[in-house]
Amino acid sequence: MSISDFTIHELSSKLQNREISAVEAASEMLSHIEATNPKVNSFITVTPEQAIADATAADKHIAAGTASPLTGIPVAVKDIFLTEGIRTTCGSRILENFIPPYSATSWEKLKRQGVTLLGKLNQDEFAMGSSNESSAAGLCRNPWNTERIPGGSSGGSAAAIAARQATATLGTDTGGSIRQPASHCSCVGLKPTYGRVSRYGVIAYASSLDQVGPITRDVTDCSIMLAAIAGYDPKDSTSVDTPVPDYLAALGNGVKGMRIGLPKEYFIAGLHPDVQKSMDEAIAVYRGLGAEFVEVSLPHTDYAVATYYLIATAEASSNLARYEGVRFGHRSENAEGLIDMMTRSRSEGFGTEVKRRIMLGTYALSSGYYDAYYVKAQKARTLIMHDFIKTFADVDLLLTPVAPTPAFKIGEKVNDPLQMYLSDIFTIPVNLAGTCAMSLPAGFSADGLPIGLQLIGKPFGEEAVLRAGYAFEQATEWHTRKADI
Amino acid sequence: MQITVADVEHIAKLARLTLGEDEKNLFAGQMGAILGYVEKLKELDTEGVVPTSHAVPMENAFREDTVRPSIGVKNALANAPAVAGSFYRVPKVIE
Repeated sequence: MSISDFTIHELSSKLQNREISAVEAASEMLSHIEATNPKVNSFITVTPEQAIADATAADKHIAAGTASPLTGIPVAVKDIFLTEGIRTTCGSRILENFIPPYSATSWEKLKRQGVTLLGKLNQDEFAMGSSNESSAAGLCRNPWNTERIPGGSSGGSAAAIAARQATATLGTDTGGSIRQPASHCSCVGLKPTYGRVSRYGVIAYASSLDQVGPITRDVTDCSIMLAAIAGYDPKDSTSVDTPVPDYLAALGNGVKGMRIGLPKEYFIAGLHPDVQKSMDEAIAVYRGLGAEFVEVSLPHTDYAVATYYLIATAEASSNLARYEGVRFGHRSENAEGLIDMMTRSRSEGFGTEVKRRIMLGTYALSSGYYDAYYVKAQKARTLIMHDFIKTFADVDLLLTPVAPTPAFKIGEKVNDPLQMYLSDIFTIPVNLAGTCAMSLPAGFSADGLPIGLQLIGKPFGEEAVLRAGYAFEQATEWHTRKADI
Repeated sequence: MQITVADVEHIAKLARLTLGEDEKNLFAGQMGAILGYVEKLKELDTEGVVPTSHAVPMENAFREDTVRPSIGVKNALANAPAVAGSFYRVPKVIE
């Protein structure tokens, strides 16, 4: 086993015991990135000097006995997180040369724990996509099969874990952008409850849905990362001031007596047979561990994708108005006058998917259509939220697939945005309801592609989700399989 | 749902985007298909349903109106494509 294969908890104990130094760990990860990144393209920017400097500081903390469980752990973050002094592109040409003057709170918190930064990870442009194909830095490939997409929008964050290029990563999830790539790359990925982790310094896509979360090799690591980034931040006005529980302490409590709901709207005819098979096997594992299953109904599920693509695009059209070539970002060279400069800068800087979503959102908010589209979608959102509230009165968790199929082929859905949008059908409702959910490895398709299981928890119910995920992981070996890259 | 090239041009103007002829045709078709799909929301009876703007049950987040440290003029201007002294420089607005 090499350093790049270790989990956070394995590497951390080797660092604390001085079997490995943080600088050695950083150096090995950097050379592994150099060897594998041409095949995967999960990194937009690699930061070798920063990594060695961080690791040197970490070794001093370890020697002085002032280390945390994350000190010296090599991590990488999606290029959507502002990292002071380190280029942050958000996968867009419009921010090609943007050097942030401050850092995202979530990244700042990891930094304070003494992690080593390896670099910034590939993503769909402005987090708009389900395949990582809309990145201005080029597509990212799935380490399990390089002809397949890694998922999106946090494609690089999941691919880097699967390719053993980082011990843990951070992503963001607006409609499934952590869970779907985690599922396609056989990683653990958690979307915390809206308000659990600060959004400050995370480049905004759809502010009422965006949430930060970890992608890791196992559930223990996911708990360590969540504990590090969770908590109230006065700089994020929708951050919630509620105590952060000890996520690690609850992990081993098992699922005996837990009531898990199976929403019938998620087990549909269109589900890939291998996904169905993995779900059936997972349910059997949980039954064996003493969990109880009940069929439940979330009747408005079928309206979630339509609701999402109105709300998310409306918010995006407003959020992305800030890119006007004045304060930061690309400015067109050949413009006449202020409005022309702004229009040309935006048109040259944004890619096709971003333009398409800005257009849809502008339409949904435009005079004469606002009530019919945007307000209607906000009302549908209320109904979708109520589905979850009612169901959680009776069950502790919900178990569903993450995606209807394993990772699709590169190029397969590029020309059909509606089909691409529909691939997020099982993840989107969770963002609309604002609650938490985790993707974890649950098997492989006949042709060797990873399949993920989604556990959906109550708002601020991350403890139960992690506990159930841990129990599944202890009873199975899917999370220990390695992509051959 | 029918979205014409003229509709696309109008929306692009509102969004401060210029599109090529190919892009206009592409978007007209794709936006028509996507907006056609979202029409299904019309099936829902939302009479008396309160719209949700975000999932957190909270009111406004207020703070004291006091001066706090900020990133400063130099940092704020560091990424600007053009500056003049302590200002952002833009093309002439008034003829």
